[in-house]
Amino acid sequence: MGSIWEYANPVKFIRTSEIVLPWVSILATVTLIAGLVWGFFFTPDDYRQGSTVKIIYLHVPAALMAINVWFMMLVTSLVWLIRRHHVSALAAKAAAPVGIIMTLIALVTGAIWGQPMWGTWWAWDPRLTSFLILFLFYLGYIALWEAIDNPDTAADLTAVLCIVGSVFAVLSRYAVNFWNQGLHQGASLSLDKKENVADVFSTPLYVCIAGFVLLFIALVFLRTRTEIHKRRTKALLARERLG
Amino acid sequence: MIALLIRDMKLAMRAGGGFGLGLSFFLIVTVLVPFGVGPESTLLAKIAPGILWLGALLACLLSLDRIFALDWEDGSLDLLATSPLPMEGVVTVKATAHWLTTGLPLCLASPLFGLLLSLPAEGYQWLVASLVLGTPALSVIGTFGAALTVGLKRGGLLMSLLVLPLYVPTLIFGAEVARRGAEGLATTTPLLMLAGITAGTIALLPFASALVLRVNLR
Amino acid sequence: MTLTVKNLTISRGGIPVLEGLNFTLAPGKALILRGPNGVGKTTLLRTVAGLQPPVEGDVICGPETIAYAAHSDGLKGTLSVSENLHFWADIFGTKGIQNALDGFDLNSLVDRPAGALSAGQKRRLGLARLLVTGRPVWILDEPTVSLDVASVAMFADAVRAHLSEGGSALIATHIDLGLDAEVLDVGPFRAKPRSGTGGFDGLDESFL
Repeated sequence: MGSIWEYANPVKFIRTSEIVLPWVSILATVTLIAGLVWGFFFTPDDYRQGSTVKIIYLHVPAALMAINVWFMMLVTSLVWLIRRHHVSALAAKAAAPVGIIMTLIALVTGAIWGQPMWGTWWAWDPRLTSFLILFLFYLGYIALWEAIDNPDTAADLTAVLCIVGSVFAVLSRYAVNFWNQGLHQGASLSLDKKENVADVFSTPLYVCIAGFVLLFIALVFLRTRTEIHKRRTKALLARERLG
Repeated sequence: MIALLIRDMKLAMRAGGGFGLGLSFFLIVTVLVPFGVGPESTLLAKIAPGILWLGALLACLLSLDRIFALDWEDGSLDLLATSPLPMEGVVTVKATAHWLTTGLPLCLASPLFGLLLSLPAEGYQWLVASLVLGTPALSVIGTFGAALTVGLKRGGLLMSLLVLPLYVPTLIFGAEVARRGAEGLATTTPLLMLAGITAGTIALLPFASALVLRVNLR
Repeated sequence: MTLTVKNLTISRGGIPVLEGLNFTLAPGKALILRGPNGVGKTTLLRTVAGLQPPVEGDVICGPETIAYAAHSDGLKGTLSVSENLHFWADIFGTKGIQNALDGFDLNSLVDRPAGALSAGQKRRLGLARLLVTGRPVWILDEPTVSLDVASVAMFADAVRAHLSEGGSALIATHIDLGLDAEVLDVGPFRAKPRSGTGGFDGLDESFL
């Protein structure tokens, strides 16, 4: 084992991910199915919320991923800007569409959950609003990648956008909190035990979260491999032209 | 740097529309709102601060793509990059010129538009104060967006998509100051937050803008 | 002020185009770059001017010594000829544009808006900008485009005067300017494909 930066070499990354990807995919599928089946069919209904509470097994993991994917993009963007490893930039590119889908799932499941609970599909609650803003950030980030032809320029610009965007996303979170106090319940999972949901609910929830994380890793590996193959094709074509 | 500022102001004045365009857009928004929501002055008075802030924000957005596009097309940007001016300086001057031609006229004209929307008398000073504090941030953030998309064909729409989420904190605190002012509530907290955001963006964002501009010139 | 280029490799769009370039440009000398279209002359000039980073190698010259002129002149159509020149004089912190006006025969056009000039006149104005920068190393990309024979002679005189004052010039051009200058054909420096299994050098080839 050498340093972790070895995997920043596209060729090495392709070789390693080829071995790892099938295992991660299988593990992700198993964990997700186990978590969701457990959550949906083998947990009691909540005394107040009835069976609607079960949407928590999609909503909470998706919401967690939505934020953490952006955070992962921030880290890989920094790595690209500082160390200029292509795999890092491409991993950020590969993660963004997964992140935006997670945000969308969180928003949609939230709306479906909110309808019977709060009597409305949408409210300008701080958490909901923050997620909508996060959705816009993802949208802009992906659109910027798509708009620029030169891949290195695109990587540089999107990396800076990601960093600046992160700062503004945090600012927006505080601004939105200040602007409206909100309906959303407190955190479902937190280190403070008193606020937590009961163990019967939380154990399958942890399994679901693990499943979502594994799914994300599998998808990012897969998509990064595709991006690398695309760049490889481009390099080969360029070499052919040069003769 | 002053030479560049003077040149940009001259260009804005001679090209026409430099000062006028943003203001007329602001006017159009203000005139259209009562048509949309009805002429009832109590309702208008309630939403006036928000509408005026939105109008100012959109008017700013409208003129952003002019910040670098012309200098990019005629090659001035390349020449400026090889001149003794640091890129951060160029970016700051550009943002200043944008504020002087768009933000400042909006601040000065906003009481007039407040009148059209029957803004309560207590609201005027807070509206102007919030705009004076907030519009510089709009120009600086907008310059970052313009630097990101310079040289892209049809970059205008993309730039709006990139810049609008970045405008959220400024809009929230700016409109909050104007709203609380109009309702006679305390405005200190949002005013300080707004000032903080503006100061922070002016201090830090030009470095990011200069960085992306250099990348775009490669 | 000597400009030295050492073992330079340059890339365009992530693909190396020229490699192994070495040359020096001493005060009073001019160097003419030649080579077929698309070989990378413009990229080389932009790299030397500092607009784009080299892949390998170094460009060594003093700070703030280079004046760059490309295909587009950076003129503002609504500003007059003298306003355009005064602007660049202010930016570069030099005084007086008379020298530049004389050098490129622009005295009769001083108050005309640059937008009303012909293509050749615009080009002359763009080149006159070089004189107001006051910088010793000129980097010129196809400076004679849209100039007539008389204007080309005028330009060659301006370069000669610049060289005699201890300046230097790096020029990509296809026509003979009648300068006493070395010629560098960049054709042989075309980059060869590399096997890049270990490269983190910012090139597409690190993907192969």
